[in-house]
Amino acid sequence: MDLGRGRFLAAAGAALAAGGIPRGAFSQNAATVQMPFANGERPLVAFPQKRPLILLTPRPPQLETPFAVFDHGVFTPNDAFFVRWHLANIPQSVDASAHRIAVSGEVNRTLSLSLDDLAAMPQVEVAAVNQCSGNSRGLFAPRVAGGEWNNGAMGNALWTGVRLRDILDRAGLKASAKQVQFDGLDGPPLPATPDFKKSLDVDVARGDDVIVAYAMNGAPLPVLNGYPVRLIVPGWFATYWVKMLSSITVLDHADDNFWMKTAYRIPDTPDNSVAPGSTGYPTIPINRMRVRSFVTNLADGAALPRGRTALRGIAFDGGSGIRRVEVSVDGGATWLPMALEQDYGKYSFRRWNGEFVADAAGSYTIAVRATANDGSVQPATPGWNPSGYLRNAIETYKVTVA
Amino acid sequence: MTKHALIALTCAALLGASALAATKVSPPKGPATISLPGDAGMAFKPGPGAGVVMANCLTCHSSAYVSTQPQLTRAQWTAEVTKMKTAYGAPIPDDQVPAIVDYLVANYGKP
Repeated sequence: MDLGRGRFLAAAGAALAAGGIPRGAFSQNAATVQMPFANGERPLVAFPQKRPLILLTPRPPQLETPFAVFDHGVFTPNDAFFVRWHLANIPQSVDASAHRIAVSGEVNRTLSLSLDDLAAMPQVEVAAVNQCSGNSRGLFAPRVAGGEWNNGAMGNALWTGVRLRDILDRAGLKASAKQVQFDGLDGPPLPATPDFKKSLDVDVARGDDVIVAYAMNGAPLPVLNGYPVRLIVPGWFATYWVKMLSSITVLDHADDNFWMKTAYRIPDTPDNSVAPGSTGYPTIPINRMRVRSFVTNLADGAALPRGRTALRGIAFDGGSGIRRVEVSVDGGATWLPMALEQDYGKYSFRRWNGEFVADAAGSYTIAVRATANDGSVQPATPGWNPSGYLRNAIETYKVTVA
Repeated sequence: MTKHALIALTCAALLGASALAATKVSPPKGPATISLPGDAGMAFKPGPGAGVVMANCLTCHSSAYVSTQPQLTRAQWTAEVTKMKTAYGAPIPDDQVPAIVDYLVANYGKP
């Protein structure tokens, strides 16, 4: 059988190749890293409770996870987890024992919950990906203003806490309840700057898997990830995962604060995409994540030995789970399913693996494509929107075999 | 010619599909304290207008919010400064906006 460049071998039961994994450009020891876009040189800096991460901005802090971290396990270590704050007044000391979550608004009884109160409620845990709305913004063409991330503004953790629904039921929602608004301890340096608040429709907020988390991978949250409690909205972009959660307000209307009405909007168009320069289209608040997949053990531009090279990676979507991950080395003419590894739930990274075998020297482009259980699949070409959200096109990795 | 091949491995099945360990985790107690590095030594480029930029922009964010941007056009930098005033409430006097935009275009803009 010879299908030319697109020939695949199925080799069920093949042993996992051990060792010799090229690391390409990945390095966590270098003082700086170069993102794959213009003006993308970044220092690696260790912030409190963090290992050296890719420093995008120090104040308010935006720290990106070096991509090689995602090759080391399905869960992203707390000290490597990306950081993104909107407003510079971030408490640098938070007392969990004194912390309270105020519940008010369209409720039958207001609450002031301590962490001891949460400890007395049923404990739940969920593995879920937390991804910045603007993850990969730096790869947009044409470029857009904003946080110029590469692909590392995401992470996967096991979150432990209590169901938001249990809190809302304890307060008792009035019939007038329409949305639930969340606020944290952070605030703006200027009173005129809108405080960062986010809202979810009541039916979303009451979902089985929306939790108020006090632990991340079994440990307290780092301060920069929201100690002592943050909201976890599995499947939804991180903008809703309010850190240092201090206030839950039930609204009788759709939240019209700046961070809902003006910021974090996506075009209400096919694929939520528009042509650069477009105006006048309707928008909606950003919501669920789109299906994505990555190779984690090869950098773009890697030099590989002739013969076998292990391929490993991750995939995730907005909450239906991963059905299939495929790789192509012939420009998408043919795709071979990769082996999916342990399933940690529909909101988690799903690791996958396979092997690339090169019998001849040359250049190859490895493309990886995931399909979610809801049938959604990564597009071959990226969409575009002026805020640089939702990027999820098929990733490609150019490699050379000597 | 067999030049290359892709092989899907099935060894993942050997890992089994054990459920997540449901270990009890207690909420944290007491304070957690960090010390943030401020602007981490980053600064705006020197040059005409740097003073007015520092006086207005550094109230809320470090220079990296500017220096990490792609090379924006004058229209785009103007839109950014306008957004800081109208959306974020930055009290930038109208008569200082041109100097700020000029500085941003000259130092971080499209040539």
